[in-house]
Amino acid sequence: MRRYGLRGVAVFYLVAVLLGPLAMVFYRAFERGLHPLWSSLTDPNTIHAFKLTLEITALAVPVNTVFGIVCALAIVRQRFPGAGIVNAIVDLPLALSPVVVGLMLFLLYGRTGWFGSWLQGHGITVLFATPSMVIATIFVSLPFVAREVVPTLRELGDEQEQAAHTLGASGWQTFRRVTLPSIRWAVVYGVVLTTARCLGEYGAVAVVSGHIEGKTETATLRVQDYYENFNQAGSYGIAIVLAAISVIVLLAMTLLRPKEEIA
Amino acid sequence: MPMNKARKLTLLAAAVAALATAAVAAAGTNLSLVAYSTPKTVMGKIIQAWQQTPDGKDVSFSQSYGASTDQARAVGQGLKADIVFLSTGDDVNLLVDDGLVDSKWSRQSYGGIAADTVVVFAVRNGNPKHIKGWADLVKPGVQIVTPNPFSSGSAKWNVLAAYGAQRRLGKTDRQATAYVTKLFQHVVSQDSSGRNATNTFLAGKGDVLITYESEAFAARQNGQDIQYVIPRQSMLIELPIAVLKNSGSKDVANKFIRFVKSDTAQNLFGQYGFRPVNKKILAKYAEKFPARPGIFKIDDKYLGGWRTADKVWFDPNKGRMVKIEQAVGGPTSG
Amino acid sequence: MGFVTTFLSLVVLLPIAALVWTSGKHGWHEFWTVVSAPEAVAALKLTLGAAVIVSALNAVLGTITAWVLVRDDFAGKSLMNAVIDLPFALPTIVGGLTLLALYGPASPLGINIAFTRTAILLALMFETLPFVVRTVQPVLLELDREAEEAARSLGASEARVFRSVVLPNILPGILSGVALAFARAVGEIGAIVLISGNLPFKTEVAAVFVFNHIQSGDQNGASAVAVVMLVIAFLLLLAIGGFRYLATRHERHA
Repeated sequence: MRRYGLRGVAVFYLVAVLLGPLAMVFYRAFERGLHPLWSSLTDPNTIHAFKLTLEITALAVPVNTVFGIVCALAIVRQRFPGAGIVNAIVDLPLALSPVVVGLMLFLLYGRTGWFGSWLQGHGITVLFATPSMVIATIFVSLPFVAREVVPTLRELGDEQEQAAHTLGASGWQTFRRVTLPSIRWAVVYGVVLTTARCLGEYGAVAVVSGHIEGKTETATLRVQDYYENFNQAGSYGIAIVLAAISVIVLLAMTLLRPKEEIA
Repeated sequence: MPMNKARKLTLLAAAVAALATAAVAAAGTNLSLVAYSTPKTVMGKIIQAWQQTPDGKDVSFSQSYGASTDQARAVGQGLKADIVFLSTGDDVNLLVDDGLVDSKWSRQSYGGIAADTVVVFAVRNGNPKHIKGWADLVKPGVQIVTPNPFSSGSAKWNVLAAYGAQRRLGKTDRQATAYVTKLFQHVVSQDSSGRNATNTFLAGKGDVLITYESEAFAARQNGQDIQYVIPRQSMLIELPIAVLKNSGSKDVANKFIRFVKSDTAQNLFGQYGFRPVNKKILAKYAEKFPARPGIFKIDDKYLGGWRTADKVWFDPNKGRMVKIEQAVGGPTSG
Repeated sequence: MGFVTTFLSLVVLLPIAALVWTSGKHGWHEFWTVVSAPEAVAALKLTLGAAVIVSALNAVLGTITAWVLVRDDFAGKSLMNAVIDLPFALPTIVGGLTLLALYGPASPLGINIAFTRTAILLALMFETLPFVVRTVQPVLLELDREAEEAARSLGASEARVFRSVVLPNILPGILSGVALAFARAVGEIGAIVLISGNLPFKTEVAAVFVFNHIQSGDQNGASAVAVVMLVIAFLLLLAIGGFRYLATRHERHA
């Protein structure tokens, strides 16, 4: 009896909080028929919003992947004082509100910010333009690859790499032939998480974007734009496209998740 | 190698982004319009109409909509703009003080105003609480939705309309200010912008939304279940449009602003619930926009124009709204 | 190594420095005045209160869910396991929209909690759902059942077995998850912004406070509250590190 009770609680919890609402959004999106949905999704500003989201993601993911791998190698393989602090700093974006990230960028690159007058003097726009949105997205998606690779590297130990060294392999060769293949799946999983985070970023870009339609609106910002402009169909439309992408991401996560978590 | 691949990917993405930006830049002039939160639909139509004219061909627009005061501040912080279309002269003055708009902006045709509207009370269909005038707003149990006067232009109009109405009914300065305090005691929500306040009201909060006539009209046009009442003592909301001094396309921007005051555009304003500044065209929409003898303007003797009203009411430290908000437990800044 | 420190300094440390400097540049007294303004205090109180409630709920519900996933077996369990990660994969604003669809003004269930504090709690429950589940699961999996069997054979009730044998072992896992959930709850904005109405003093959380004050040019007010949020984030990271240390303690002693 207790088992059914617990099972019931868990199932009810997931349905009430996750699955029910998600199903409702799909229903709402198609409620008024395909036409309003289609016209919102094919609106040029909406298409641009999706493009912008993908562009920003395409920039942030490789940067954070490279950083994540290099950082993990440094933390695990090079014993240096302060590794713990580096670890904490890398983890910070997980705990910090994205709005605070946006504010920090304002304080650096706004007109009254630390670099404000220099940027204005050189005619460079950072705020209210794509560069600040890319920086913000890099910040918030920073930890994922590093966090996945660090434990894997720790578990692996460096005997194989040392063996490669004694056999005369260079640093690059060792990395490419020995280290990388062994951390491959951790990196892939980290990339999946990073990509999901980039696609879903809202708080930081909402602060720095200026909400310029067709220029600085990402897909997530466009969801809010449509909702606030009485266009719920459009809002739900973008939402289900993003939700569909999320389900694919979820599949990737499920298939790739490090084995210890699956019962 | 991840390094090379990553670097290649980054370069590729950067190249794509650069090409895309170049493509946009190559296609003629681009005007950046920064506007307050509610006129997106009508501006979309006016822009389309202008793009059919020889002046507007090949001109593309970037548009940003948000709370009027917040938008003015964003422009001050670097948000690119060629034209601002805000909801109060006060917010344009913010840009004048920043050195971004010419101080003589109000000497343009129609006083620098693109369109008018009035302060109205939006209520639930059927007007269950029988709200007709300012006195009804402070009856027991009436819940009011209005935006935050420190971030929204709409809210500023609402405050001044409330005060001005009382003065014109014969109340003293102190009594009228006390009325505004009482009004805010009934306020249950102060969103950051006029549009956010509309959405709050439409989601079920409050009995009455003090808003622009144009906004109540837009909500109804979008199938929302509300009606609106124009109080006898109401305020004429004059919506300013101005060009930025540092605009790289001043000539084109000025041409657009001239178009906004042309018959075509004024007609579009009328269709979408705004009162045209062009008197002839306004007359065509007389039924839609009933006149109210008690309508007064910002230059009314009890208000003294935007500079005075801003100092008296909306100064972030000594304005009356600061004290009133403190008294009712509301936000004392944007 | 140099690459790592340079990158981190540019991307993370520099912005933090700007924030800390801005909030403190007029001195401690000024900072205190700004951060103890009524609206700021209300926002922080609401945020922390909501985070506490949500973390406590997660501790219980998350543990139950992890238990069911590890110890129970039924059709659809692997689907259930996959679904847990949905809040990680879904954009937060879409999460908020889904809650609005089911529990907002047009709710088919007749439940409309839009613009209430309950909405905030619900949005936070959505976003923090995976944390405790995912930190407790691996621990439960590794748990040696013999101790539990022994206790049972000695006559202990199921509740006693759980309390005395299982709980002490999964407690660090629960606490880690709770700390992560708490951190997430304090900083969340996307899921909240559509459903809570962001009414100052009533449903305005710290993140929305910061957002509004940035928009209105009040960088001092925004920075003050933001710095408080930053400090909370750091403290939570320390706590999580501590719990992780505790959790792997038995590995090191083994």
